[in-house]
Amino acid sequence: MSPFLFWIFAVLTVVFGAAVVLNRNPVASALSLVVSFLGLSALFMSLDAFFVGIIQVLVYAGAVMVLFLFIIMLLDLRAEERRRINFLATAGGIGVALILLIQICVVISHLRAARQTFPPLATSTTDDVWNIGRLLFSSYNLPFQIIGVLVLVATVGVVLLSRREPR
Amino acid sequence: MITLGDYLIVSGILFAIGFAGVMLRRNLIVILMSLELMLNAANLSLVAFSRFRVGADGLPDYRAQVFVFFVIAVAAAEVAVGLALLVALYRARQTTDVKDISSLRF
Repeated sequence: MSPFLFWIFAVLTVVFGAAVVLNRNPVASALSLVVSFLGLSALFMSLDAFFVGIIQVLVYAGAVMVLFLFIIMLLDLRAEERRRINFLATAGGIGVALILLIQICVVISHLRAARQTFPPLATSTTDDVWNIGRLLFSSYNLPFQIIGVLVLVATVGVVLLSRREPR
Repeated sequence: MITLGDYLIVSGILFAIGFAGVMLRRNLIVILMSLELMLNAANLSLVAFSRFRVGADGLPDYRAQVFVFFVIAVAAAEVAVGLALLVALYRARQTTDVKDISSLRF
């Protein structure tokens, strides 16, 4: 992938990620999150991870976003009214996040591998999905089954939580 | 050329944005969205490491991508349960603001 496309999608992802936090209206936040996830899936595809990119679009831009928008619609949330901002708390939050970012950047700058480009891939006869699926059903079969149970438990839990209490 | 560090920096910025969202915002729905942002930032660095670590057969390390698959599955379950909790909370208190939900606060 050309560096030009990488920077376009990286800036898209970061800008709309920031828009999620900065927007006062939850609907605008949710729609910014969709754009951010689409940029992220393009970044996944630039790393030759096509399966993960497609899953990202299907699960996040599809299912999770519909869930978020549906809940926003159901609760009829308006834009947050402008409260008196606690400047000390806001500055503290931004400061802690900045310190975290600086720490991450320092760690990456000390990482020798971070300065290397990606090694070329061999032309493979099998595709992404085949390779991941083979790993998933052989070496990682037990975690895969546990994930299945987890999703089942989550489904039952959600139904139980959102059921109206009989009076 | 694009290096591994570029992807890691983008991932780090995205994580910091999500962290700032969790710290600063008071709306529970936006806090959940920021959590998703943080999970996805971690996924980006996992996929970057997977592409960086090319094995002897010339293929990327697919174990990291399997882990990303698990992370996405758990995150989807987490969002569903979180939003169900939010709806239950809204029914009881008619609010999604974290400042109004402080009865467990010390």
